[in-house]
Formats: sequence, C-alpha cells, structure tokens
Amino acid sequence: MKKIYLDYAATTPTDQRVLEAMEPFFSQKFGNPSSIHSFGREAKEAIEKSREQVAKLIGAHSEEIIFTSGGSEADNMAIKGMVSALRNKGNHIIISQIEHHAVLNTCHFLEGQGSQITYLSVDENGLVNPEDVKNALTEKTILVSIMHANNEIGAIQPIAEIAQIIKEFRNQHRKSEIQHPFFHTDAVQTVGHMPVNVQELGVDLFSLSGHKFYGPKGVGALYIKKGIKIDSLIHGGEQEQRRRASTENTPGIVGLGKACQLIASDLEKEAKRLTELRDYLINQILTKIEKSRLNGHHTQRLPNNINVSIEGIEGEAMLLSLDRAGIACSTGSACSSSTLEPSHVLVALGLSPEVAHSSLRFTLGKETTKKDLDYTIKELIKVVERLRKISPL
Amino acid sequence: MQYSDKIIEHFTHPHNVGEIKDADGVGHVGNPACGDIMDLYIKVKDDKIIDAKFKTFGCAAAIATSSMITELVKGKTIDQALKISNQTVTEALGGVPPVKRHCSVLAEQALKSAVEDYLKKKK
Repeated sequence: MKKIYLDYAATTPTDQRVLEAMEPFFSQKFGNPSSIHSFGREAKEAIEKSREQVAKLIGAHSEEIIFTSGGSEADNMAIKGMVSALRNKGNHIIISQIEHHAVLNTCHFLEGQGSQITYLSVDENGLVNPEDVKNALTEKTILVSIMHANNEIGAIQPIAEIAQIIKEFRNQHRKSEIQHPFFHTDAVQTVGHMPVNVQELGVDLFSLSGHKFYGPKGVGALYIKKGIKIDSLIHGGEQEQRRRASTENTPGIVGLGKACQLIASDLEKEAKRLTELRDYLINQILTKIEKSRLNGHHTQRLPNNINVSIEGIEGEAMLLSLDRAGIACSTGSACSSSTLEPSHVLVALGLSPEVAHSSLRFTLGKETTKKDLDYTIKELIKVVERLRKISPL
Repeated sequence: MQYSDKIIEHFTHPHNVGEIKDADGVGHVGNPACGDIMDLYIKVKDDKIIDAKFKTFGCAAAIATSSMITELVKGKTIDQALKISNQTVTEALGGVPPVKRHCSVLAEQALKSAVEDYLKKKK
C-alpha cells in the first residue's frame, strides 16, 4: 500500500545530503570542538561553518547564533534567560494564546514563580492584533513573544508591525536603544518554508528547529541580536560563547547547517509550489465534502498548511481511518491528546468544541505531489461517508 | 495510540450501526463539547433484549466500545444487561488504553440510559 506522509509540520525526513554531511563527524572527525589539538580544531571549524550557514539563511551574523537541542530549548532559553537577566527591571511578559506549548508552558511555569503573563487573544483567523500588543505594554514588560506562524492553522503573524510597536514604546520610555522590552519569535514553522530575515522582522530573539526542514532531530538554534544579554539555561563549560554549556553535538550542528544551505537555494520556488498544492487540496475538500470548513486565514497562511473541520465526525476517527489507507496527517481533536483537551489553538479561534473535535490538519512537504493529494481526497471522501453513517449528528 | 486488534476490528467493521425506529428504549449520552456522543437503541421482548443498534460521534475507542456493547447486550435479560459494566466492555475488547477508558464508561452509561428509558415507557 502506498504511504503518503502529510504531517510535515510534525517532523520531516532528514535529507540524504544532510546525512552524508553529518556522517564523518561521528567516528572520523569526532574530536571535542573545545580541544586545542587538530581533532578538536577540525570539529570546531565544521561548527563555525554551520553557524555561518544558519546565520545566512535568516539574515543574521554568525556570532548571533547559539546552537541548542532544538526549538523547545531555544524557546525556553529565550524566555527564562530574559526573565532571569531582567529580574530587577520587570516581570511582565506578553504572549499570544496560540503559542506553541514550549512557550505557553514555560510561561505557565514562570507564572508560578511570580512572573505576570498577558495572554493576548487572536481573531477568528488566528491573527494577533498589533494594537493589542501596544495596549498591553507596561513599564514592567521585559519580553514579548509571538510566534512567526502557528503550527496548527498556519496563521502568519504580523511580526514586523509588532516589532515596530515595541520599538516605538522603547523610544518613548527608554534612554538607550538596547533596552527591554525585547521581542522573541518562535519561528520553528517558518524557517525553511518561506524566506525569513531577522532584520526585516525586527526581532531580538528567534527560535528555529532542524527537524522541521529536513535537518536532523535534536538540534536547533536561538538567534540573539548583538548586544543583548540573556542568562544561560544550561551552565557548565564555555561553549557557545559561554551562553550555552555542553559539548557540542557536532554531527547535529553540521546537519543543521547543511539543511539551511540546501533549503536556501529553493525557498521561493518551493513555497510557490506548495502554496498551489495547498490551495488545490483546500479547494478539493471544501467543494467535494459537504459541511466542511477551513480553519484559519486563507492566504495569510503557511504555504503548506491545511486545517479543516468536517462536521459530524471526530478527528481521531478520521485520522486512524486515513492512516489505515496509508495517509498520515494530524488532528486538533481532544481524543488524540493525552490530556483530552481540544487544541488550545482552535479554541482560541473561537471555534466551538464540536468544530475543534472534527478537525484535521494536513501539512505538505517536498515529496508531496498532486497525485498524492488526489489519492488523499478520494480516500477522505470514503472515510467521511463511512463515519457519517455511524454518527448520530 | 496503541489500540488492540479487537478495537481496530470494531472500529473498522462496527456491529449494529443504525437506529431502531420503534425502539423500546433509547439512551442518549455525551455531548459535542466532550467530543463523544452515543445513541443506543434497544428492542425488548419478554424482558429480553432482542435487538440493539447504535450511532456514535467520537474517536475509534468510542465507536468500538459502542459496537461491542450492542453485541454484549443482545440476548440478555434486562437484569443481565444492567450488570454489564465498562470493565466488561474493555475486557471484551482486549483492553483499552487508560486515556480512553472514559469511552467505555460512556458506553455503559448509554446502555443504562436505554434500559431506564425502556422501564419508564413500560410503566
């Protein structure tokens, strides 16, 4: 049976060329990058080359890139590092209600430790209103963290506008330029899927993760704008400019750099291809399946994200049925989570629980073809028909 | 989600899907907010359940437990039916992941609700 993977937002397969680039760094060029001898130096060189590749992809300087174990660590480092560094200046953080759990749960934890958190609501398309950020800023605000694009509904947030608002606030309230509140964005879902530039976005901190764009799992990076100081999450040795201790994951870091280099060459073309496929699948679903709806903004949306709700039947049941037909996707239904809560993102959009429970997410990637989508829609129609016969609704 | 083969079987080929127009008892439990709704219909003759049908909105476990409970009640007396617990259902299915146990509880409630409805109508 043909297997079709449509869950690229969850993870991606590591590119063969990335694997080849990583391979020598396990057993041949295995030195500890902090060692002074030749074994160490050759590993260190590879890491620094990778750092340049990551910096180039996002429009940053090499020294502004800190390697981490992934997006979650980068988010934790950005937020906890700021709270710690600025503990004498303030304790207020502004985030959105639809942040990834790595940001949300970090903030819940900090709330328990005494931080004040403002959770901004989003509109029915999942977009944050920059005016809401403006109204929430106070003297005690040390950090604003708004994700670049949401992993569930693909909504791309107005980051540059928000950055401008924060800049104006600083100009009014602060004496020097490098002052809080700082602006962090979790860009885990946008890097590698659309052109991103930290200068244009105007952010101070920026998280990315390797396994979301054909790099290896277990490695990511945090961009920290030059001049900004945050406290470390992991203390120990002097790696990463004394900002993130631990012997570097050389193969992983090399893999991340290679993934950045590979994706850079094709970005616009691939984004266009995926956008067409995305719109094709959305159109097919909405026209061929009665009582279905799109969740999230139609165009201010990641090129590869489709999130729909199909009335009267439940997400996990659809997911499993599609899985049995060889198609892998995801759902925001409560039944698929261990907490039995529906997706906090769909709830924040104002969707009723029924609609949240009936949701399906398809995220496309480099192997996705139109043929795959035609097969998917054919199977989905069968699945919906079968489950609607069983449903009382 | 690690589902047993029996659950997968009852999910992909559920038994007794449908409604009974002149049912002797109907149980309606759950709500869309929870993501689980079960409607259970029973036909009773001489104190025995001679037919049972269900309609369910919910996950694979919800559909499987509904299907299983209709199988378990057919041929049982009302008293025997009332003794069917969510454990009976999960055991018959070869176990249910802990996080899905509430689905089997819902199935038990649907049955009790249908029997209650029958007993009320009988009076």
